[in-house]
Amino acid sequence: MSETIKLTTPLKDEDILKLKTGDKVLLSGRIYTARDAAHKRLLADIDAGQEPPFELQGAVIYYVGPSPAPPGRPIGSAGPTTSYRMDTYAPTLHSMGVKASIGKGKRGDAVKEALKEHKGVYFGATGGAGALLSQRITSAKVLAYEDLGPEAIRELEVEDFPLLVVNDAFGGELYAVPRV
Amino acid sequence: MRTINAGEISDLVARTVVEANVKAPDDILMAFKNALKTETSPAGREIIGQLLENVKLAGDTGLPLCQDTGLAVFFVEMGADCRVEGDLYQAINKGVRQGYEKGYLRKSACHPLTRKNTGDNTPAIIHLDLVPGDKIKIRFMAKGGGSENMSRATMLTPAQGWEGIKKFVVQRVAEAGPNPCPPTIVGVGIGGTFDFAPILAKKALFRALDEKNSDPEIAAMEDELLAAVNSLGIGPMGMGGNTTSLGVKIEMAPCHIASLPLAVNIQCHSARHKEVTI
Repeated sequence: MSETIKLTTPLKDEDILKLKTGDKVLLSGRIYTARDAAHKRLLADIDAGQEPPFELQGAVIYYVGPSPAPPGRPIGSAGPTTSYRMDTYAPTLHSMGVKASIGKGKRGDAVKEALKEHKGVYFGATGGAGALLSQRITSAKVLAYEDLGPEAIRELEVEDFPLLVVNDAFGGELYAVPRV
Repeated sequence: MRTINAGEISDLVARTVVEANVKAPDDILMAFKNALKTETSPAGREIIGQLLENVKLAGDTGLPLCQDTGLAVFFVEMGADCRVEGDLYQAINKGVRQGYEKGYLRKSACHPLTRKNTGDNTPAIIHLDLVPGDKIKIRFMAKGGGSENMSRATMLTPAQGWEGIKKFVVQRVAEAGPNPCPPTIVGVGIGGTFDFAPILAKKALFRALDEKNSDPEIAAMEDELLAAVNSLGIGPMGMGGNTTSLGVKIEMAPCHIASLPLAVNIQCHSARHKEVTI
């Protein structure tokens, strides 16, 4: 693995193209949370001609449903959820300008193709390290779909959020292939 | 006949769900520390290091170990010589409601089709057994969705036997790969009926990591399966390495002469469970 790369959102093509599978990244800036229900509603709303609740161009989407913020903290525990459930939506979002997603676990071929075609990456964060990752989130506010509770779209400010490049824009794959 | 007040059960459940979600069980903590020494891949060791740091931070801050604080699963052993003043199921659900609210735990229960959140993480999944005695033993598990999604049940033929079981379990862990947050614990239910095998598999997950099945033959099968899944090379969070699972736990029950029911219930490394007795 190479040295750590610091990036700030929104991400640009040149940011993406310098990333290779296995790179460690510390991400800062605004990112947006969305998981199953939010993705479904977001794409239905876009289809219906509505403006998305955040600027898709250069955006980073974090697949997370945080636990509630206790008093004095911006957010509760906030680690990644498993990403493949968002595979249905990811290629469309990348075609609309989204540059990266953060989650855990494998992605399907259509997502990997979309990363190549639209210059995107898929970042992995450590699953089950929600208390640890929460420390790198400095603010959180609900942007849309508040009725979805933990699944609402939130805008997070992150500082040096620790990530690994799982799938880069060149077809790379980080995960070990099981020896069956 | 001993009488136990439903309110007492609710209070105990409310405390238990919070404690279980914030504090990692001792056996898991010990397994992480051991894995730090035995894991061969540097990337895998780095993940284990983060998990240990996460345990410490959760303890320091009171935040849950993982944002997925699970569906609330209970195995309740009710002594035949006690009675609950009130409704036991309602008492447990009230405890879940209170604990998840006061403990700032995520409410993850929703309608299966509309996906509307029930808002309070109820209803809990409650398995109730009647046992001798006048106590109630409540075993709670915060079961996360990611590892539950990677679980499977099947009906093998009797001819497939142990080899068929081994193949299915190893294949399941291999296909799950990084998705269920390895290093996992693999619960295996063998026998019973179509519905009973998964319950056995889930029950197996409550056993402490250093506690093997009391039947030496089944204990040997647990060792064999653990060695097999750890030779897959998936490693912590799928980063490669020899710590794919921390344990394989098998529970077995007699089955029909025509059947060999098999269930594999995968548990993530954040194996949050707690047992209390009232």
